[in-house]
Order: sequence, then structure tokens, then C-alpha cells
Amino acid sequence: MLIIFTKLADLIVFDLFHMPADSRWSGSLHFFIEDVTKIFFLLVIMIYVIGLLRASLNTERIRVFLQGKNRFFGYFLGAGFGAITPFCSCSSIPLFLGFTQARIPIGITMSFLITSPIINEVAVVLLGGLLGIKFMIIYVIVGVFAGVIGGIFIDAIKAERYLMPLAEKMKEESVKLQGFEKQKITFRDRQQFAKDELKTIFSRVWKWVFVGVGLGALLHGFVPEEFITNNLGSGQWWSVPGAVLLGIPLYSNASGMIPIAESLLTKGLPVGTTLAFMMSTVAASFPEFVILKQVMKPRLLLFFFVMLLLMFTFVGLILNLISF
Amino acid sequence: MRIQILGTGCVRCNQLMALTEKAIKELRLAIEIEKVSDINEIVAFGIMSIPALVIDGKVKLIGNVPSLTHLKEIIKKG
Repeated sequence: MLIIFTKLADLIVFDLFHMPADSRWSGSLHFFIEDVTKIFFLLVIMIYVIGLLRASLNTERIRVFLQGKNRFFGYFLGAGFGAITPFCSCSSIPLFLGFTQARIPIGITMSFLITSPIINEVAVVLLGGLLGIKFMIIYVIVGVFAGVIGGIFIDAIKAERYLMPLAEKMKEESVKLQGFEKQKITFRDRQQFAKDELKTIFSRVWKWVFVGVGLGALLHGFVPEEFITNNLGSGQWWSVPGAVLLGIPLYSNASGMIPIAESLLTKGLPVGTTLAFMMSTVAASFPEFVILKQVMKPRLLLFFFVMLLLMFTFVGLILNLISF
Repeated sequence: MRIQILGTGCVRCNQLMALTEKAIKELRLAIEIEKVSDINEIVAFGIMSIPALVIDGKVKLIGNVPSLTHLKEIIKKG
């Protein structure tokens, strides 16, 4: 089905503009047209469909569900819920405090907060559409496990010690939830919700798609394959930690990142390195740390940061070893 | 009627604020919108996603910015 976007790009680049098939510019332009149209198409459909399903799901309900759950399952549930709920970094503080207030262990909260930005419908759909189902499945599994292991680690070092007073106070307070109204959701409400979601997500994401696809297209047309395989291939062990480190200051969201990853992969960058780079750009970012600084003491923040770094590096190295 | 917008000043919070002001103006209501940006107060409402819209102490919207028509309906219902 997605082949029509390749055909569309063929039509525009070769038939309409009469560009030669082997030039760099035509390669870049072809990549750009194919990816932009395909991504926009996938985004509109998927955000809407998932919006319909998600209208009745919210973090407030999840909190009730997670409260008092067995710890071990809690990590998986936390990460799993993180994957299916939308994430906006501006909500991470109220979420953190809200979970703490409900006495959900901080590790489970961290499982949620680590997985949430990594896995979302936009990322999953784009991965499936651009890089194939296999890559998508690996990405989702790694994203969930990153959350689970991160959560276990945070509890193992007894991270409650390193919370800021604001968050500590929450723990002491008894939970009194006021004025939260349960509403019945009709199909019309669902459609309304899906429409609103589509509008908000799309208006936030479209520019990232352009930037990401643009960079991907330039890489595709102008960076020779040998350059990547010779300098950043799996033979160079340092390329994985390097990719992770490089990813941190590059704060991006998945929709911009995936077209770049697609381009890098087709140029021969190993799967593990590509994945490590993607995860670190999406999950570990400075703005996120600035926000988390409000509730975590610097030491915990540092632990968290180093942990993400090591985890993504480790995953990247392993995937490169298995290299399939 | 008392309308409160809960949010710490993120982009979406400001969007909801502006949209609510517009809705109130178009509905010709004379209501002051109260902005709640203190994180403790926000969490006390039992919500965890911002922005949120609260009418007369009841949470009506959490974590998303609705369309203008949808927002007007919510306000009309009270």
C-alpha cells in the first residue's frame, strides 16, 4: 500500500521535473517527497484512530490502577502505560508528584517516565512505515525494558533519599482527590477528542517532520555509503557510546528523528548504533532534565542520566553484535 | 460561575488560556478566568496532565487543548 508514495515521488522527480535518475539532488528530492507525503498520511490516520481509542484513557485512571500493585509487575505496568499514554514533558512534574502522592514507588514512576517519551503512536507508526515491522518490534521491546530496568535501578539505589522537599512533602500528605468528575464518553465525544488530538499533535509535529526528512534527504543524497560503513560501522566500538552522547544535546522528538534514522540505516549505519542514537535523542534531553530538577536532587539526576547513557550504549552494542 | 485554568506556563497551557478567554468573550459572559500555576495547588485537584480546565471546582478537561466550539459547549454546560 505504501508503494504509492514511492510512485508519487517517481512521478514528480522523474516525469515532472525530468531529473536524471543518478544525480544526488534527485536522490535527495525523491527521498524528501516520498517521506513527507508518507509520514503525513500515516500520521493523520493513526493519530485519529488512536485518539478514538484513547479518549477514555488518562493518567488519572492509570494512577488508580497502579496504586498498591505488586512491585515487580508494577515496573512492567508502569512502562506499559508509559508507552500507551501520550507524553508532554510539561506534564512530567505533576505526574511525578501525583504518582508519589498516591504512594506508587518512585521506581515505577520512573519506568513510566522513561518509556513514555520513547514509545508513542507517532514513533511506532513511523518506524513500522519507514523502517519495517522488525525494527519497530525491537524498538518497542527495548523501550519497555529500558523503562523496567531503569525503574528497578532507581528503587535499588533507594532514590527516595534524593527527592526534593517538594516531592517529599507529597509523600507525607494523604491523598485527597477533589472534584474530579467521571464523565460518560459517547462516540461523539471520542470523535471530538480524536479531532482535537489530531490538531494539537499535528501542529506540534509537522515542522519536525520537515526538518527530519530534510536532513535525512541530504544524508541520503550526499553522504557516501562508504563514509558511514568505514567510519561508523560495527567495527568501531566507540561509535555506539559516541552516538548516545551526540544524541543528548540533539533534543528532538521521534517524528523528526525517524526519517534521519531511516537514512542512516540505508547508508549502512549498524542497527544498534542507529537505535542507540534515536533513543538518546528522544529520551534524554536537557529540557527534560531542567524540568526534573524541580523534584530530584542533583545526585539523583546524575544517576538517572548516567543510567540512561549506559543502558542505551549497552543495548546498542548488543544489537550490533547480534546484527541481523 | 468560576473558571480556573491549571498550568505551569507551558505552551499548551497558554493556548488553553487564550482559547478560554476567546470562548468567554464570544459567549458574552462576564467571567474572570483564574490562572492556577502553583504546582501544589494543581496536584491537589487530583490531575496529572496539564493544562486542565476547572469549572466551579470540577475538572472538565485534562491535558488537551480542545477546539473553540467544543470549549464553548463545555462552558455553556457549566
